[in-house]
Amino acid sequence: MTAPLLSVRDLRTHFHTFSGVVKAVNGVSFDIGAGQVMGLVGESGGGKSVVGFSILGLIDPPGRIEGGQILLDGQDLVGAPEEALRRVRGRQISMVFQDPMTSLNPLHTVGRQMDEMLRLHTDLDAPARKAACIEMLESVGISRAAERLGAYPHQFSGGMRQRVVIAIALLAGPRLIIADEPTTALDVTIQSQILKLMRRQIADRGASMILITHDLAVVSEMADHITVLYCGKVVERGLTRDVIGAPAHPYTRGLIDSIPDPRHRQTRLSQIPGTVPDIRNLPVGCSFRERCPRAQALCAQADPPLTAQRASLHAACHFPLTEAEAP
Amino acid sequence: MMSGFWTSEFFHNWRHNASAIAGSTLLVIFAVIVLAGPLLVAQDPYDVGSLNLLDSYKPPMWLDGGESAFPLGTDGQGRDVLASIFYGTRVSVLIGVSAMVLSCLIGTALGLLAGFYGGWLDSVIMRIADVQLSFPSMLIALFLMSAFGTGIDKVLIALTAVGWVVYARTVRGSTLSEVNKEYVQAARVAGLRDGKIIRRHILPNVLTPVIVVSTVQVGTFILIEASLSFLGVGVPITKPSLGLLIKNGFDVLFSGLWWNSVFPGLFIMALVFGINLVGDFLRDELNPRLK
Repeated sequence: MTAPLLSVRDLRTHFHTFSGVVKAVNGVSFDIGAGQVMGLVGESGGGKSVVGFSILGLIDPPGRIEGGQILLDGQDLVGAPEEALRRVRGRQISMVFQDPMTSLNPLHTVGRQMDEMLRLHTDLDAPARKAACIEMLESVGISRAAERLGAYPHQFSGGMRQRVVIAIALLAGPRLIIADEPTTALDVTIQSQILKLMRRQIADRGASMILITHDLAVVSEMADHITVLYCGKVVERGLTRDVIGAPAHPYTRGLIDSIPDPRHRQTRLSQIPGTVPDIRNLPVGCSFRERCPRAQALCAQADPPLTAQRASLHAACHFPLTEAEAP
Repeated sequence: MMSGFWTSEFFHNWRHNASAIAGSTLLVIFAVIVLAGPLLVAQDPYDVGSLNLLDSYKPPMWLDGGESAFPLGTDGQGRDVLASIFYGTRVSVLIGVSAMVLSCLIGTALGLLAGFYGGWLDSVIMRIADVQLSFPSMLIALFLMSAFGTGIDKVLIALTAVGWVVYARTVRGSTLSEVNKEYVQAARVAGLRDGKIIRRHILPNVLTPVIVVSTVQVGTFILIEASLSFLGVGVPITKPSLGLLIKNGFDVLFSGLWWNSVFPGLFIMALVFGINLVGDFLRDELNPRLK
């Protein structure tokens, strides 16, 4: 494999709050190659978004990146000067947010918000910027784009707004898009449209994407490979078909089992018992053991390291599931 | 643009709100007085040479001994009370509006910084504001004026020192709620500098409460200035404001020469009343929570 576009090594981002240190991201590593889509999966509060903001260097106090490396083309972004990070944001890496209702400024026209991105990151003159905006709006499926540039966000529906947000994210030609729950706030009928649009745009431009979500159905459709986070750590990663088809970690299995399956209508939907433990005060050993059906004495003593399992899978579990136990 | 205004909900609500119409009418009258006052009266009360001592202490024109040349009577130097009031209104409004603009600029800037950056900067600015709010603003202004001496510029400094707090607190609160919205995050993700994020994205979104506060603040400043002048530490006697006119008339009030202080008092009351009516209307119209 050639050198990855983005390589995160042992990233640790902690929040120093009054009630203790929240280790939101605690030793996360992964690679993304050019043109790849990686699903970053986990429950709410699992540190998924913090990973995204850490990559962009936008962790505010009391949060701090405590250690690790974030290599973009081999250049470490951790500890890079603010001026350098500002050139990375938008131009190299951009982000699509969850709620299109609040991720556009209500007081500026769509055209002005798009123009801002181009003015910041390109040397184009005003007519060229306008042409680029119109072309981009059309490519994300907004008709009468030239007219719509003068419209305000409230004149668009939720799905249309998310298209605008995607258009803005793509404008400066970034090589990596971090999409933080991009379809969670949308109607189900719009979700697949937007996902298809993102997939096609990414592929057309040869860009990569980190898709942050709690929805395994969405990732299985979109991602080439999946990284599962639990309590700030990677518990499993591998190619999408291996992770979804026959996961090795009981937590991933639990997430998959919680997806309603239309073939078994009568059975009660399964769920993972218990709740995410207090991240300021994690139990010794495996953080998942209190909710795990396979937990044994060893799990309370040692935190399992991420190790290679069958096929493409890596999992952090003392007693991983075998292929025969696949759902 | 204009046709949009005449058919807007804002204009519609204004047309059906009696107190808003009354307040606006008062403000229009005062605008005319401020802009064209000297053209409406025959006498220039600042021009001592034009005064005639024989005209002193004439009562209002509808009383015995009154003259139509002096509709609201005259003072001890034979000055037309109406002319003094028109000129005094200009001074009062000038001070009220200037102090509003100054404290708005300073207070809004500090509020934006405190809300956006938080941390020690926020603590320092807001603790100063808290300490200042624990004293009556009149007391602070009085203290500053006795330290500086009289003069329009000094009154402006004192009023600004008193007034920035309201803006800073209002703007900081709105900034805190805007800063966590995703469009601000999106601007940061796009690589925008803090200064541009504050100016282009946050400032326009916190302006609504600033407009409401500003109208009410003009009224408050006019009253504080009047109180300072009444106490003798406000504007200089050569260019009296409404407050100083009340004070000058007050000296002879109990001699039965009531018109010297009562009429300036009525004018200041009408002015502040009009401002507050319009301010209330704007608050109801612009506050999304009351909609």
